[in-house]
Amino acid sequence: MSRPLTVVALLVIAALAAAAPLAAAPVNENTVHEVAAQLRCVVCQSLSVADSPSETAHQMKAIIRERLAAGESPEQVKAYFVDKYGLWILLAPPRQGFNLLVWVVPFAGLAAGLVLVLVLARRWSRRAAAAPDLARPDAAMRERIQREMAEREP
Amino acid sequence: MSGRRRVLRWAIPLAVVPVLVLLAYGFRTDPREIPSPLLGKPASPFALTTFDGKAISLASLRGQVVVVNFWASWCIPACYDEAPSLERAWQAYRDRGVVLIGVNIQDKDEPARRFLTQFGHTFPNAPDPSGRVSVDYGVYGVPETFFIDRKGQVRFKQVGSVTDEIMKQHVEKLLKEPA
Repeated sequence: MSRPLTVVALLVIAALAAAAPLAAAPVNENTVHEVAAQLRCVVCQSLSVADSPSETAHQMKAIIRERLAAGESPEQVKAYFVDKYGLWILLAPPRQGFNLLVWVVPFAGLAAGLVLVLVLARRWSRRAAAAPDLARPDAAMRERIQREMAEREP
Repeated sequence: MSGRRRVLRWAIPLAVVPVLVLLAYGFRTDPREIPSPLLGKPASPFALTTFDGKAISLASLRGQVVVVNFWASWCIPACYDEAPSLERAWQAYRDRGVVLIGVNIQDKDEPARRFLTQFGHTFPNAPDPSGRVSVDYGVYGVPETFFIDRKGQVRFKQVGSVTDEIMKQHVEKLLKEPA
């Protein structure tokens, strides 16, 4: 390598080194991951952007990072994706409107099931407690049974 | 039988009805058919550099009907099926105030260029290496084609291959509208 080229190369390296901290703006990678984990990777449907190794997910992560670096809040970044893809892009449906059903019905079903079991269990135990009185004959009844059986015998 | 018993006897089978209604609704919808929230909204501006090195931006095309087609060379067979229709539409409408733009996404340079050569595409085609344009348009698969009216609003989104009929139908409709 000739000397002028070396000098140029060194200058370029120095400039890159100086620019690097600027390029890597203080974006918290945890925040990037947090947002990415809530977004659906658009080419793989059931994976989050954070979990998918696809190129699309990689690009989406870059967009998340870029928007956070530009000063947007995680909520604003999510709103951007919802704006473009609809609520489908969110892995968890927001807790409002019709979507509330998804959040409420499982717990309501569980509660209703528990109540049903409690009611039935109580009814069954009451019946079980009442049943022995009928089944077990008292002394007078036992005596009558024996007498009647004796009468029938030849 | 007590009155309460009789109510219970009906209530339990009746409780199944809403579940059946929900299932009937759910199984009739196509989970892959995701409505685009972009219809009727202003199309996101973009500026790209075509494979020929020319700059192209949506802003400069205001007043014209713009068709944006997202494609990839690995998208077999859908992108290959629709390619001839795209070129035919371009030839038919290029002099009537219609611009067709191909945006190549999730692809590599060499196979993308081979695709363009194979079909002899003459309309502007540009790569979107960062994926920014495809996210701006809510693209989740290829091919997807957006029809933008003269006012710059997204009016129709075709998921999957376009045909001559689809191109004609939407382009003609948008051409009839005043600028």
